[in-house]
Amino acid sequence: MKIKIEKRPTLSNIQSVFVTIISLLVSILIMGIILTVYFAFDKNLDFGGALKLTAESYVEMFYWPFFDQYGIQSTFLKMIPLSFVALGLIFAYRLKIWNIGGEGQLYMGAMAATYGALFLFKDVNNPIIMILLLIFMGAIGGGLWAAIPAFMKAFFKTDEIVITLMLNYIAIFFVDYLVYGPWKNPEGYGFPGTAPFPDSANLPYIGNSDIHIGIIFVIILAVIMTYIFKKTKWGFNSKIVGDNKDNAKYAGINVKFYTIISLVISGIIAGIGGAVQMMGTQHSLQHGFSPGYGFTAIIIAWLAKLNPISVLLTGFLFGGLLVGTDSLQMFYGVPTSLVDLFQGLVLFCLLGGEAIAHYKVVFREKEAIV
Amino acid sequence: MENSFVVSTLTAAIRSGTPLLFAVLGDILTERTGVMNLGIEGLMLVGAIGGFFTSYLTGNLLLAVIVAMVAGALLASVHAFFTITLKINQIVSGLAITFLGTGISGIWGANYVGIVAEKFDPVKIPLLGDIPYIGKIMFNQDLLVYISYLLVPILFIYIYRTKSGMILRAVGESPRAADSRGISVTKTRYIYTIAGGALTAVGGAYLSLAYNSMWIEDMTAGKGWIAVALVLFATWDPAKAMLGAYLFGGITALGLRLQAIGTHISSDFLKMLPYILTVIVLLFTSTEKLKRKVGAPEALGIPYSREDRE
Repeated sequence: MKIKIEKRPTLSNIQSVFVTIISLLVSILIMGIILTVYFAFDKNLDFGGALKLTAESYVEMFYWPFFDQYGIQSTFLKMIPLSFVALGLIFAYRLKIWNIGGEGQLYMGAMAATYGALFLFKDVNNPIIMILLLIFMGAIGGGLWAAIPAFMKAFFKTDEIVITLMLNYIAIFFVDYLVYGPWKNPEGYGFPGTAPFPDSANLPYIGNSDIHIGIIFVIILAVIMTYIFKKTKWGFNSKIVGDNKDNAKYAGINVKFYTIISLVISGIIAGIGGAVQMMGTQHSLQHGFSPGYGFTAIIIAWLAKLNPISVLLTGFLFGGLLVGTDSLQMFYGVPTSLVDLFQGLVLFCLLGGEAIAHYKVVFREKEAIV
Repeated sequence: MENSFVVSTLTAAIRSGTPLLFAVLGDILTERTGVMNLGIEGLMLVGAIGGFFTSYLTGNLLLAVIVAMVAGALLASVHAFFTITLKINQIVSGLAITFLGTGISGIWGANYVGIVAEKFDPVKIPLLGDIPYIGKIMFNQDLLVYISYLLVPILFIYIYRTKSGMILRAVGESPRAADSRGISVTKTRYIYTIAGGALTAVGGAYLSLAYNSMWIEDMTAGKGWIAVALVLFATWDPAKAMLGAYLFGGITALGLRLQAIGTHISSDFLKMLPYILTVIVLLFTSTEKLKRKVGAPEALGIPYSREDRE
């Protein structure tokens, strides 16, 4: 008898869904163990008490963001910036260009939109014109910020991973400089933020909800991107560039052009996300307005397998995760870093589950050697 | 007066460069085998809390460093398993390691924020410590700094002059060729990813055991990312890593000092400085030709599989 591990060719859809559910359950289980241990030590509870508290907090963590009428609105609101940045990242990732700078591009988009709302176009009263102008500003902010690594990569072969990473911090500190310094709201009681946006620069809400129309923008964007990737020359060529740059060159594709454009578009989309976040949710530029959306978006893009529609779904789930852990922090005093832990766990469990599912164990009678 | 400013700034440069140095040296080991690790920030954080936790409970600083190394090694082995065995994208896995490390350290350290514990105090080395200026700057430091001085030549010799070092480089350079010579690519990558993680964690422990004597949530504050960049800057060379780490440590130290004197430069711009400098430096150092010359690990970032033929 011989035990052998063989590779499974592909997973059927049902198998994939099954694997995903099992993986998520595993991550919830591991998280539960960690939470129980944490509660036991932190609140000096016995095992039973800690377990009960974990169960209670799990109910809170999943009921509030997904089933509560108000909680789910917060989930949608977080889904919007997450999905914007993740959609942008896909543009680059399909070419195997590793833009880790979504966070910085989001900040620069938000910064540019704020500049438009408070200074450049402050006298524009028509909301439609104002919103369009600010989206344009966000696109410029994010796009220019992504153009730096794009040109460096195309012309100097600089590693885009490190550059985009560094630019995140430069953008965050630059926004800090503005909101603590020259752009600080004099009537803000010392709070690090700009003055509020004019009314014309606020996105309308959908019906009676707290959800702004940014959600419609992001859905439309995902649909357009699906079309671009499936039906256009760009989608086809970018896949070739991603698979093998040399082949792409032989096929007459201008790799430099594709490198620059994909990274810049990626930044433009993240920048628009920043502008939408300002107009829809924040209404003023503030210190640390993003709790790491740009980094979570990397996980989302990857888990969604670079598929725009899946990004929306994954973005919704991660939005819920952020909202759920926020409320845990509020009601159970769990440290904020819980959300980081959970994101890492979910990613590892999902990717691990999928990788393991591609192998199967085969028992085989030992073949007689003649 | 001016002299003492320079001396104290340079002394501080070494102190703030040391956590970077440990982290960069650790990551050089890992990346030399072809495994990219963006999880440095997370590894440093578990090292920082692991070290602090032990020093607080036992008061034993050496034990604290060992626990930090074990914590780093454990977290790095997750990265090793996912990238080497399961062949998951190294960038994504590294990022998830940072998430995990940040989360674990935050929860582990939730009850220890702001408590002061033992720390490595500066120890003057006899004779060397008496050399004017240099003695004060280099040989009036703590034990971990001296260990890092020794580590640099040791790793340099190990990587470039020993058989194990040759194997390490071969696996990063051309895993297929190494494999055909009977070297286990998987085993080599596992060993150095885990060892690198342990060393990186000492960088974090330096922050909570020497630079400060307490745990602060997210106390690495982006140093892990600077270390990622420094590995490139150092072109995977331990000697240049030392130069890079102290250069960046110096910028941080200078920034803090300028602020203390009361110069009118915004503190946010000073915080930005190391990142801006990294971008500029990389612009001039990472052309393809140069990469070839310095011997960047050719297979960096590429999972190795025997079955997949190119």
